[in-house]
Amino acid sequence: MVTSKLETVKVSGANKKHKVLLYALSTCAWCKLTKKYLNENKVEYEYIDVDLCSEKDRETIRNDIVKRGSEPSYPIVIIDNKLVITGFRKDKLREALSL
Amino acid sequence: MITLERVRVRAEADARTAGCYLNPDKEFLNNLLEGLKANEERYGYPSCPCRLATGKFELDRDIICPCDYRDPDVAQYGACYCALFVRKDVFEGKKPVEPVPERRPIDKQNRAYGATAEISAQKPSEKTAIQVAKERSQIQLKMWYCKQCGYVCFREEPPYICPVCKAKRELFAEIVMQTEPKTS
Repeated sequence: MVTSKLETVKVSGANKKHKVLLYALSTCAWCKLTKKYLNENKVEYEYIDVDLCSEKDRETIRNDIVKRGSEPSYPIVIIDNKLVITGFRKDKLREALSL
Repeated sequence: MITLERVRVRAEADARTAGCYLNPDKEFLNNLLEGLKANEERYGYPSCPCRLATGKFELDRDIICPCDYRDPDVAQYGACYCALFVRKDVFEGKKPVEPVPERRPIDKQNRAYGATAEISAQKPSEKTAIQVAKERSQIQLKMWYCKQCGYVCFREEPPYICPVCKAKRELFAEIVMQTEPKTS
């Protein structure tokens, strides 16, 4: 699986109902809002700041994003390895994570 | 040294010049300014905090703040892609800030990934009077002029909106220079 090869940062939380992966940029304000929202709702998740990755990892991430039918526009939240939410969409996150 | 204050003052000036406003959400704005500062520190120029940059000036030129896409995005969506700049009604709280779809073409976005290395270097054409410097060879720069006011620029593509007279991109045309064959 793609994610196992990449070094993600794990954020533990009480809500472990879903497997949540976040592709973000360390400088992006929308990505910060997404992290904050997940933190506030105590959602357990993993994230990668793509801008801090090596060139090789960036390509792996881009391929993963494209494979999922999305565009490399951050933040990207992948829920249970299926649902992809591009951009900070609070309502979509709330619904998908049943918050 | 790059200070947050300097980044803020510059953004305020850029907003004034374009007739738009900075994001009214203080915390959100601060995060964006911090992002711009971080990018300026690591790349040498303030590329968009919400886009992945290559760190190579010529490849990131269109996303250096204020980016090429700001004006059409502010006009259409009320905010630019990262939402640093907003329209008056958004600034006044009459309309909420919502995520703005990416206008930057996908081939340019792809430059920031492994694919960057694969971009074939376009050799400077001998037909152009101005030779493109070698380190810039990944991008072919052209001369453009605004048919409305005569503004001339040297870049990959014409701007969406003329910075001088606000004419639309459609009013730009390429200046093609031809060199006379050398007589020996």
